[in-house]
Amino acid sequence: MSLDEQLLAFADQLRGEGVAIGTSELLDAFAALGEVDWRERATFQSTLGATLAKSPEDRHLFDLVFERFFFRATEAAAIEAGVTEAGAAAGGEAGAQIDLDELREQIAHALADGDEARMRDLARLALAVIARVGDGSNVVGIDVQRIRRALGLRSDPQPDYPPGDPRRDGLPREALRRFEAILRRELERAQIERTMQLPPSRPLGELDRALPSGPAADLAAVHRVVAQLRRRLASAGAERRGSRRHDHVDIRRTMRASLQTGGVPVIVKYRPRRPRRPEIYVLCDVSTSVTSASVFFLSVLHALHDSFRRMRSFVFIERISEVTDTFAAERSFRAVSDAISADAGVADVSGYTDYGRVWSEFRALVEDDLHPRATVIVLGDARTNGRDPRADIFATIAARAGRTFWLNPEPRLYWNYGDSVIDAYAPHCTVFECWTTRQLEDFVRALTRTIAR
Amino acid sequence: MDALPESVDAVAEGLRAAGYLPGGSTALVAYLATRLQRPVLVEGPAGVGKTELAKAMASYLGRELVRLQCYEGLDEAKALYEWNYRKQLLRIQAEADGAGWAEVQDDIFGEEFLLARPLLQAISAKRPVVLLIDEIDKTDQEFEAMLLELLSDFQITIPELGRIAATSQPVVLLTSNNSRELTEALKRRCLYLWLDYPSIEHELEIVRLHAPELPESVARKLVELVAMVRELDLKKPPSIAESIDWARALLLLGREDIDAATFSETMSVIVKHRTDVELVAARVGLALQ
Repeated sequence: MSLDEQLLAFADQLRGEGVAIGTSELLDAFAALGEVDWRERATFQSTLGATLAKSPEDRHLFDLVFERFFFRATEAAAIEAGVTEAGAAAGGEAGAQIDLDELREQIAHALADGDEARMRDLARLALAVIARVGDGSNVVGIDVQRIRRALGLRSDPQPDYPPGDPRRDGLPREALRRFEAILRRELERAQIERTMQLPPSRPLGELDRALPSGPAADLAAVHRVVAQLRRRLASAGAERRGSRRHDHVDIRRTMRASLQTGGVPVIVKYRPRRPRRPEIYVLCDVSTSVTSASVFFLSVLHALHDSFRRMRSFVFIERISEVTDTFAAERSFRAVSDAISADAGVADVSGYTDYGRVWSEFRALVEDDLHPRATVIVLGDARTNGRDPRADIFATIAARAGRTFWLNPEPRLYWNYGDSVIDAYAPHCTVFECWTTRQLEDFVRALTRTIAR
Repeated sequence: MDALPESVDAVAEGLRAAGYLPGGSTALVAYLATRLQRPVLVEGPAGVGKTELAKAMASYLGRELVRLQCYEGLDEAKALYEWNYRKQLLRIQAEADGAGWAEVQDDIFGEEFLLARPLLQAISAKRPVVLLIDEIDKTDQEFEAMLLELLSDFQITIPELGRIAATSQPVVLLTSNNSRELTEALKRRCLYLWLDYPSIEHELEIVRLHAPELPESVARKLVELVAMVRELDLKKPPSIAESIDWARALLLLGREDIDAATFSETMSVIVKHRTDVELVAARVGLALQ
């Protein structure tokens, strides 16, 4: 394939990952390549990046796809042309003569200097040497770790080494990570060469976009999502102001404007439409089956606090407890989840969710405050552990509130299996599937949509 | 037209001479902008040198810098052009009798009565300029739409006068703090440059350039501390400008080392929120002891 075709195929893959690339961007890319000397990889990549990927999120995707696409393209071309590495065979003999200790030291120095090109060379050399020491497992991830151990590369200080040796103070973590990536690439390359075929291409898919979950949820990822949502909300305001049907005429201002035209109301003034700022009640299941999703969700909502007029949050397992103040006082994600598990007092005996009891307690707590402009959001998997779902109480709550949403952090596939009773509640509320950031965004958009008064 | 830069290295060299240390792909994108005559959209967190880049470009290319600071509610009259009503009125009054309507009307909508605002200034300048449209994300989408004609064709349409084409091609830089998503149409017309906080080595170089008297060891410790502070979850992470300020503050105070006491005294240079101050004091102060 020629370069043009390769670039078009590359753009196609980017589009497949959701980066919007138009013809004009492609023309720009070609024009830009005409202006620079792009034989160097970094130049080539940033030239394409500057013309094709135009937001931080797109840039991240671009880098991932770039890496994947051009690696595969090179390997495919190599297989087609029947090129194998001449060095691979010779490396066997050369490898035997290389002193492993010397190699270790060389790599340590390259890592400390952050010299990418040298790291690449040394990684290949290391593969040639170490592949002989023991047979590879053919699982790339395991081999990478095996080689790293054999090379004695560690990020913690090792005081046995003489002063001046970079390993004495520990190797930079970032460089180690890069070296591992290079090793991985080289191993994949070797594997492709052996089998003469490309492994199936994996789409980036939802894996990179799924909600951070588990106890070590990535705080930075959470903040990224929140920032994104906030931006969406900020720019959505203008659109909402656009619609002009159902407007109310402002009599006072119309009369005043009519003075200019001798009392004839030629110019009709309307009352400004203010975007709705809903009052929100959030109920979050925090039993072990959904904890990570619910705490994440609560912190997102609290970060978006400005967009809502008033917000009260509750967590529940067997009983219900209000945590609005906890969120107001604590900023860190971790601290909030600790505080909730420590003093919310929501579990009685079993630690299993009891929806029936939760509904009746919630109704008792907020019955007088609920009104048609309030929004109730429930986050839970609707798994009752065999207890009575009490959908009738839920229905009375939903009837009092203006809108009721249910977010289910389980994929739709699992709904109504086992003890999940989501269908009992579905007639009374709008149910959203919510286990990726994209679905969460869809929900926030629905939440902030204006409703006719 | 002024000479355009010959190569990416020439641009990097020139920016460096102007007191701006370009990192990563900055020089490359700047070079492409001048060669392809495309506007550049520069995005990144506050204080990573987006505006400085425009200033450095202007000084390197030896061009005048025309700056349009955006804010909410900015409209055409302040960005593009405005009719000089008072002058028009005077013209009509001076013409009280004699001249016919058609004549006066033609006359008062001439370029003589036009007040050029930054955007019109930039494209009608005799010599090419560098146009900086700062914080474009602060304006509303209507304003963005108005910019499109200027950015893609370097021309402005004034209803009474017709099309005004650029007499010189400006280098256009738009900066955004990413506080809202810009429209696709605008992005489509621009090259994109993402500026992030620099690596430790790069920032060290910048600090050394702006505060050369500070001993290397202190400067290194300083940028390492700043990098550490940025890692924390702060309302406003310290910018490059603030690390430079901090370096200068240390110089003024004549400190030879950053110990826990010095840090807590001078921390306010880089951390500017009450809650942030507490967090930084707790985390970084501890690490220094």
